[in-house]
Order: sequence, then structure tokens, then C-alpha cells
Amino acid sequence: MAKITVNGEVQEVSLPLSLTELIKQNDVQQSDMVSVQVNDDFVDRTEWDSLQIKEGDSVDFLYFMGGGSL
Amino acid sequence: MIDFTEEQIQRYSRHILLKDVGVEGQEKIMQAKVLVVGAGGLGAPVSLYLAAAGIGTIGIVDADVVDISNLQRQVIHFTKDVGRSKVESAKEKIQAINPDVKVNTYYEFLDSSNAFDIIKEYDFIVDGTDNFPVKFLINDACVMAGKPFSHGGILRFNGQTFTHLPGTACYRCMFKEPPPVGAVPTCSQAGVLGAIAGMLGTIQATETLKYFTGIGELLTNRLLSFDAKTMQFRTIAVKQRETCAICGKNPTIHNLIDYEQAACDLKNH
Repeated sequence: MAKITVNGEVQEVSLPLSLTELIKQNDVQQSDMVSVQVNDDFVDRTEWDSLQIKEGDSVDFLYFMGGGSL
Repeated sequence: MIDFTEEQIQRYSRHILLKDVGVEGQEKIMQAKVLVVGAGGLGAPVSLYLAAAGIGTIGIVDADVVDISNLQRQVIHFTKDVGRSKVESAKEKIQAINPDVKVNTYYEFLDSSNAFDIIKEYDFIVDGTDNFPVKFLINDACVMAGKPFSHGGILRFNGQTFTHLPGTACYRCMFKEPPPVGAVPTCSQAGVLGAIAGMLGTIQATETLKYFTGIGELLTNRLLSFDAKTMQFRTIAVKQRETCAICGKNPTIHNLIDYEQAACDLKNH
């Protein structure tokens, strides 16, 4: 098991784990709607499959929020 | 130097009393020109607070008319305004609050054909729009024109905002391009708790006033989001992305883009 931080909260995950798998584990409903930062760097969608999570990683999901006017 | 009238000294006394604002800060506020894009959920509180604060010129862009379903959160519009253009309705309230404010109305959609012309007249832009095409347009136009802006978005019980100054992270650094059409619900499709608009809009108005008075630290290189269900606020550090298509080292976007709008809207169903 490895300790990582997801959206500011500590999680225990089993490695190996790709970013795509982590996103699934965190019940992100629509991956189209999220932008992901790992250790303060944005990770391109095309790299989600290949990026392997490591002990101590800090992951943030940023959600698209479109409302405001109508 | 502005010569304050006795009435203005009284009107702005609670600002002037603040050590960080004072007469000098109030003067900067009164010389400021702010463009509010969208006279809706966010634009309403933003415009009301900026008007009350004495912002010199407020421009409002909106091509819509007031609908009865707007009144649950768009507090600048009243029941009597249903059917009226939002910009005219907003202008009336702004001037009722503070006749010192000059109001410019743009009864049209902001798009690639008019964005630069409208934005260039203003010192600071507030994004109070409800859709991604215009959010990206505002971002791109402001980055290209070197204008600071406040981004805002709300959905259901959540809100998010950041402030952009030239040289800091932009919307495209965080979100490269609009999500696929139809993938993302807007307020008109997903719903929003009305008071959330006030929570987020007043943060945007505060950032605007901080920008002009130089108070404190702006929400630059940070994305603030909150969940009203738990009342948890979170600020995520974000960096300007070197490969950003608009503000990165080798920008690939050189012209404004009119992205396709999501076609569905509750009003049409």
C-alpha cells in the first residue's frame, strides 16, 4: 500500500496504479469534465494511461464548471 | 485627484475608513473601468457590489432578456423586468444604487468579432458567463490583449474562481480546451442553488476591488473552489503551463475561436 494525497485528502492505494485507474477509483463520473494535476503539474489526457502513481504523490482533480449566467 | 463631494465622502466612508483603501484607494475605484460579461447569476452580484463600491465605469454584455426562471438567483433583475433586456434591467438597478457610475450596455453576444473592441475599453474583465465557448473566448481575448480578468463558474452546489493577470496561469493552463459539446451540464441543464451565485459573484467583486486598490494577494496561480454542501473551500496551486496554447512559450492559438455551443437548454424542452 502507498499513501498519496487526492484533492487534499490522504488515500491509501495499492501499486502499481495508473492515473487512469486512480481516476476510476475516485468515482470521477465523466473524465471529459476533469483536468488533473499530479505534484502541481498538469498531466495531458494522453498520458493518463502511462503515468504510474508513486508513494507520496499529490493528485488534484479540477472540474469544469460552466454555469453563471442563464 | 478627484474632488470628493460631501455626499461621496459619506457614501464611501466605510471604504475610506479602511486603512488599506482610504481616499487614495477609493479614488482608484472611482477611476476604474470594469467589464462584466453576462448579467446573470454571477454578473448580478458582481455589478451590484461594484456599483455600490463606486466603480467609475461598468460595461455589461448580455444578449438575453430576463426570464422568470432567472429570478431565483439573478438578484439584479426583478419580477417587473421579465421580458426586458438584461443589460437595460441591470443598468437601471446600478444607477439606482449609485448614480455616479457610468454604465455602458452591450445588448449582444460576446464573440470573436466584437471581443477585442469591447474589452479594450476596460481595465479589468469579469467572466460571469454560463458556457464554455465564451469562457474560453474571454480567456483568450484577455491573454492576447494583456488584460486581467476574474474567472467564475458555478454548478449545483459548487463554485470555482481564479484571477488572471498577464504572466500568471490562465484558464487554458488548467483546462486545455472546452469539453465535448453535451458532456458538461450548464446551470440551465443541471440546476444551481441560487445563493451559490452570490457566494461566487461576491468573491469576484472582491477580487476586482483588490485589483484596483492593490490590497492583499489576488487569486492568481490558484484555483479556489468550494462545495456549499460541506462549506469546504479549497485553493489549489496552479502553474502557468509552458505548453499552454495561448500563454505558453510557443502559443499555437493566434486568433479568437468561436467554439460550438451546447445546443440543449431547459427552456427549449
